[in-house]
Amino acid sequence: MDTQNINLLEGREKQVYEKTAGGAEIEIACDKTSLSGSVSQRACVFCGSRVVLYPVADAIHIVHGPIGCAAYTWDIRGAVSSGPELHRLSFSTDLQEMDVIYGGEKKLYKSLVELIDQYQPNAAFIYSTCIIGLIGDDIDAVCKKVAKEKGIPVLPVHSEGFKGTKKDGYKAACHALMKLIGQGSTEGISKYSINILGEFNLAGEAWIIREYYEKMGIEVVATMTGDGRIDDIRRSHGATLNVVQCSGSMTTLAKDMEEKYGIPYIRVSYFGFEDMSKSLYDVAQHFPDRPDIMEKAKEIVRDEIRKYYPEMQKFKAALTGKKAAIYVGGAFKTFSLIKALRTIGMSVVLAGSQTGNKQDYKNLKEMCDEGTVIVDDSNPVELSKFVLEKEADLLIGGVKERPIAFKLGVGFCDHNHERKIPLAGFIGMYYFAKEVYESVMSPVWQFAPRKGGLR
Amino acid sequence: MTTNAPTMTAKTATQNACKLCNPLGACLAFRGIEQCVPFLHGSQGCATYIRRYLISHYKEPIDIASSNFNEETAVFGGSHNLKLGLKNVSQQYKPRVIGIATTCLSETIGDDVPMILKEYEAIMGGAANLPVMIFASTPSYSGTHIDGFHAAVRSAVKTLAVGGAKKNLVNLFSGMISPADIRYMKEILTDFGMPFMLLPDYSQTLDGGPWAEYHRIPPGGTPTSAIADSGCASASIEFSSTLEASKSAAGYLEAEFGVPRHQLPLPIGIKASDRFFAVLEELTELQMPEKYEDERRRLVDAYADGHKYIFGRKAILYGEEDLVISMAAFLREIGVVPVLCASGGKSGLMKKRMLELIPDLEEQGIEVREGVDFVDIEHEAERLQPDMLIGNSKGFTMSKKHDLPLIRIGFPIHDRFGGQCLHHLGYRGTQELFDRIVNTVIEERQKSSPIGYTYM
Ligand code: SF4
Ligand code: SF4
Repeated sequence: MDTQNINLLEGREKQVYEKTAGGAEIEIACDKTSLSGSVSQRACVFCGSRVVLYPVADAIHIVHGPIGCAAYTWDIRGAVSSGPELHRLSFSTDLQEMDVIYGGEKKLYKSLVELIDQYQPNAAFIYSTCIIGLIGDDIDAVCKKVAKEKGIPVLPVHSEGFKGTKKDGYKAACHALMKLIGQGSTEGISKYSINILGEFNLAGEAWIIREYYEKMGIEVVATMTGDGRIDDIRRSHGATLNVVQCSGSMTTLAKDMEEKYGIPYIRVSYFGFEDMSKSLYDVAQHFPDRPDIMEKAKEIVRDEIRKYYPEMQKFKAALTGKKAAIYVGGAFKTFSLIKALRTIGMSVVLAGSQTGNKQDYKNLKEMCDEGTVIVDDSNPVELSKFVLEKEADLLIGGVKERPIAFKLGVGFCDHNHERKIPLAGFIGMYYFAKEVYESVMSPVWQFAPRKGGLR
Repeated sequence: MTTNAPTMTAKTATQNACKLCNPLGACLAFRGIEQCVPFLHGSQGCATYIRRYLISHYKEPIDIASSNFNEETAVFGGSHNLKLGLKNVSQQYKPRVIGIATTCLSETIGDDVPMILKEYEAIMGGAANLPVMIFASTPSYSGTHIDGFHAAVRSAVKTLAVGGAKKNLVNLFSGMISPADIRYMKEILTDFGMPFMLLPDYSQTLDGGPWAEYHRIPPGGTPTSAIADSGCASASIEFSSTLEASKSAAGYLEAEFGVPRHQLPLPIGIKASDRFFAVLEELTELQMPEKYEDERRRLVDAYADGHKYIFGRKAILYGEEDLVISMAAFLREIGVVPVLCASGGKSGLMKKRMLELIPDLEEQGIEVREGVDFVDIEHEAERLQPDMLIGNSKGFTMSKKHDLPLIRIGFPIHDRFGGQCLHHLGYRGTQELFDRIVNTVIEERQKSSPIGYTYM
């Protein structure tokens, strides 16, 4: 591949790799902070924390800092709740010049007290943003004080944007959750029980997953954090097994829980028939003394696939031979997507992520076909280049990638936290295939310049 | 009713903000300069969040570079990162202009950006080898997105404008208006046969056609050469009610090069549009082209046809101060009462300017509130019982909860298609707004009527 003509920035060469027969084996560089001046698609530490904790619906989330960070994350995720909806509000201490000069602790304290009085939440999360890290507000002390006064957990989340990458934000969020876990009573929790981790109930996905497990006769103690409730989280250490999706965000929590409470964890994915089925079997296998659980899992898989199979064949017939490019947040998601795309006859020509680690990229390299480009922390210039060069028919990504695809006349599928259609589970695979089909097969692309539509 | 209505709940935290942060406005303005890349000096997150926010409205790729602060940068200063970032962005984007705006973080650590830029210039062998650097200081803890917008426009002029012999040329600083409005303004000036410089012009960069290849910088925007000429213009027109000369581009040109500044409210409604056209007539010594006479006649006709549906209807109006002020005057013109005019901005001038346009403001029971958020507005909505909400998409939750129709105007429009194509200004824009307001009321009447008339 000619990387010369898009002039990859110095310092980024090792984050782009093309798999070729007999090509040089390089180790893809990752876990680096983004290069200054590159238009990274990544966000910040705060974003990572916010993403993980956001769906906790009976807590208030207060962003301590100037207004922007809160304004831009107001009602941003498609995470739905079956009850309270405090997570959909945006609270900020909205620091002004004087607060920056004299410190924002007083304002934070007052804000907290007022908001807790007004909304009566079961807990409060306080996110400290860049500027707080700089002016050095002691948010821990404020949180402690308010927690004592109000009798609810008030949890500081140290998520100063500049102090690392999104991954560090995940850690900060897990850290805050760890403080809740272990606080509640575990009485009455079944031996056949799990927590669902890293599932955020976007478009109701957690409900779909939960139903499968419950049908298998398994108790779900807490979903973290989709449709999340403080009380469930507090007693989640009573579960027998942690089932972790989205490896990046919550493996830390699973590991901490294993260490502290001896709860083992497994990693799963709910995207695509293959991975979804496996995630049911893997959980069932964890309860060997109850063969009925496995039986039930098999039954679910059978029934569900039978239900969607004919439709899927239709999509597959149309999509076979089409090419997809993937650029999503976590690399683990990419694996599932590659498999899911293969089920509908599509190949993958670009596979990238914002936050993959060494092992992820190693796996990706093994999984991908020859000619596939693998990238870490990419930018619009690179992405568009690969999409065009590889003649992709579809790009899978988030809000910031969508206009790149559409400008260039390429189909698109939202696979980020804003989506409104569930893509997880068996039914999710059907929706996914349908969305891909509707975008790739749309007649509008005939007018795209790259299809000769230029006049 | 007086305006001394019960004060809103005293509260410390901002809840569902009715404003955005300073650098967002600057990035938007920079996108309206030809061959310009916006560059945020601060941490990665701000740039990414602002990008995704703008993308949701404009549905266009929006590349904003960042100097990506890390822990060290925050402690030791951003000089190194800024220089490296500028170098990288120059290499990858080959811009002719880089629009640099600070964020809260770089402001707080006190980076002296102009000095860093000078150092950078020296290292790179002089300004001649480099893109033009336009720098705006945009800390969000003082001001909102609209302040950042104006700061960037002013900096652009300050950096580029040169004086000289007067030319037959008018500058139009149109403020934060939609791409469709920008196109309409250009059409008007062209029809007057008046050479003009409109800044910023993102009518194409943020609302363009499909691409065969990725444009690192989308085509379109105000050329730097035109901005340079702005110092020789015969006059500047600046749309804004609250913008002070000391913070505005036109104010700078007046002080520096003696270019007269005509400050006008956004031309929404017949009276305000008349005022705008009158200034154009005066500057060009030409009569308004027949086409606009026609537009005006059609609008007056529509006002007559639609007046009864909307007389006395109550609206809550929110958004940027300038937009709210002009919209309120327009609503008064058609008989709608904007019972609450609210903004997250805090210029301190809103009420004063509104009184100039609506002298009977108090008697009409119109309340003006600065520095409010959506929880405040919602609270007031319960008391004021309006018939409709007029503002950006962010009022949707409130509109749904209280079953109030929402007429979407301004920025951001995240929950409807085509926000960038909405007209607000001049006779044409007013016509569009008027039609939507009347139709909203008709639709409500139709919905609530048990009979279901097909003639309304
Ligand atoms: S730190 Fe300032 S510039 Fe950055 S998002 Fe927050 S308010 Fe906006
Ligand atoms: S200020 Fe910091 S925390 Fe807030 S969005 Fe910007 S980088 Fe993230």
